[in-house]
Amino acid sequence: MTSHRLSGPLHEVSAEAGYAAPPPRVGFFTDTSVCIGCKACEVACKQWNGVPEDGLLLTGMSYDNTGQLDANSWRHVAFIEQSAPIVPVLDKEATIETRRAPTDLGMPRLRPNDPQGTSTNDTDLRWLMSSDVCKHCTHAACLDVCPTGALFRTEFGTVVVQPDVCNGCGYCVPACPYGVIDQRKEDGRVFKCTLCYDRLKVGEEPACAKACPTESIQFGELDVLRERADRRVAELHAQGVDVARLYGQDPDDGVGGDGAFFLLLDEPEVYGLPPDPVVTTRDLPSIWRHVGAAALTLAAAGVAAFAGRRR
Amino acid sequence: MREPRVVPDVEPASYYGRPILKAPVWKQPDVPLYLYLGGVAGASAVLAEGAALTGRPALERVTRLAAAAGAGLGTVALVHDLGRPERFLNMLRVFKPTSPLSVGSWILAPFGGLAAGAALSEVTGRLPWLGRLAGAGAGLLGPALATYTGALISNTAVPAWHAAYREMPFLFAGSASTAAAGIALIGTPVDEAGPARRLAVVGAGVEIVAAELLLNRLGMVGEPYRQGRPGRFMKTARNLTIAGVATALLGRRSRSLAVAAGASFQAASVLTRFAVFQAGLASAKDPKYTVVPQRERIRERTLAG
Repeated sequence: MTSHRLSGPLHEVSAEAGYAAPPPRVGFFTDTSVCIGCKACEVACKQWNGVPEDGLLLTGMSYDNTGQLDANSWRHVAFIEQSAPIVPVLDKEATIETRRAPTDLGMPRLRPNDPQGTSTNDTDLRWLMSSDVCKHCTHAACLDVCPTGALFRTEFGTVVVQPDVCNGCGYCVPACPYGVIDQRKEDGRVFKCTLCYDRLKVGEEPACAKACPTESIQFGELDVLRERADRRVAELHAQGVDVARLYGQDPDDGVGGDGAFFLLLDEPEVYGLPPDPVVTTRDLPSIWRHVGAAALTLAAAGVAAFAGRRR
Repeated sequence: MREPRVVPDVEPASYYGRPILKAPVWKQPDVPLYLYLGGVAGASAVLAEGAALTGRPALERVTRLAAAAGAGLGTVALVHDLGRPERFLNMLRVFKPTSPLSVGSWILAPFGGLAAGAALSEVTGRLPWLGRLAGAGAGLLGPALATYTGALISNTAVPAWHAAYREMPFLFAGSASTAAAGIALIGTPVDEAGPARRLAVVGAGVEIVAAELLLNRLGMVGEPYRQGRPGRFMKTARNLTIAGVATALLGRRSRSLAVAAGASFQAASVLTRFAVFQAGLASAKDPKYTVVPQRERIRERTLAG
């Protein structure tokens, strides 16, 4: 178990963090194929957690005026309009250059029966919607690098900031491979999704999942969610939705699997997600070895500077 | 209907061009300045110990003061950068080897105390044996203080920092050596400044080689170190370092040339730290530095089966 402290699969994430008999690890499975972009999750999260307003500007790029996850947006519904041909998932020859970016549209030819146009042959307009959230990584870089212990692993396997301990050093912000956690400027401390730790404590599901009208956001035990997600992908593939793929469910990925994972209909970067995130601390043993070698080099240079001549 | 494009779109897919990562919220000049000051302090403590052991009182005095001042001012810069400065002591609430900032706090705090004690004893002449003991402790911690900052910034998801984790501690060790040696050159009579001159030459070599390796190995993720303001800073820093070495070697008998060399090293070290800091910011803000290397990784894995 200890061999996977920094990276790799780690099933007993709460036990590893020191809990004697933790409850099962919980998380989110966000099935974006049924997301309708209503943003009820964003509203419910704000209301329950008392998250401050995050600016009332219009982005002008799409129906998404939240823009990104940050200290004051713990759920973010991405909204993508596309009109170019879709590259199949299994096309190994496709390079990033040939994948299309979200484009500006001419005259939309919206087909009323299939607004999300999800098959490879579809060349019409499609809308993608996805409610993004903190991934509650198995190997959470934010938690690893926090120097005060403000970030901690809960008994449910989630990752939470203690606002009474955080001193606003900001180290977690560039450490997160997903760009989730952020500093609240006027406050100085960092904030992010707690997976409604207070609600979990009393056996309630998180506010966003409770509010989701299409069950795009599903809350539950992680093992159960992973099985359900596998079945859902198979079902979609059988229906011809060959672009459906899971993101963040694999315990062998760079963060040991996400506590909050997704079913996507395009490449992760189209949704603003990193295609192959790796927890920075995976390389930390090597980083420390290089620091050690550099420190010894400096010490040796100091000794050499005084060796030999008197002047 | 739009006209068909002749040149294919080379920008990788992204969410409306928005960054994937959050850029560091660390402030300028606080953090890059701390990188410089911590380096000066750490390498000065090494020089001070050597000066004490080999009987160079003028060199010892300057370097003891530089070590204490660097640690003191560096700590002020770090505390000022905190979102909640009044909670700075929370840095010593736990010790976490997975957090270079925690490890660094546990290096900086004792170093600061020891360096201040040694400098105080040096200035007042009181308790000389205790001052020597404190100075020796600071000298031992010095190399760690000057290099842990390489781990501090590399242990993030910031592409241009993380990808450079092998070279960064060496770049910082070299930059710290030239800066500390430069201050010694400024404040020491030429007949005691020999070790400072030699440390400057070795430090400059380490710094220049590390920077070259970094730029050659990183590929597209290293672009921010070559482009724009950080690119200009990197180049200028290298030229100032070379100029400093040349001036220091020419001015073995000239105090004014030694001072010019020392000043050149300070400017070079400060510019290096700002260049590295700003290159990191640039790489975090453009999603292509996140997506392209990760896509490449996936492609290689897929081809390997």
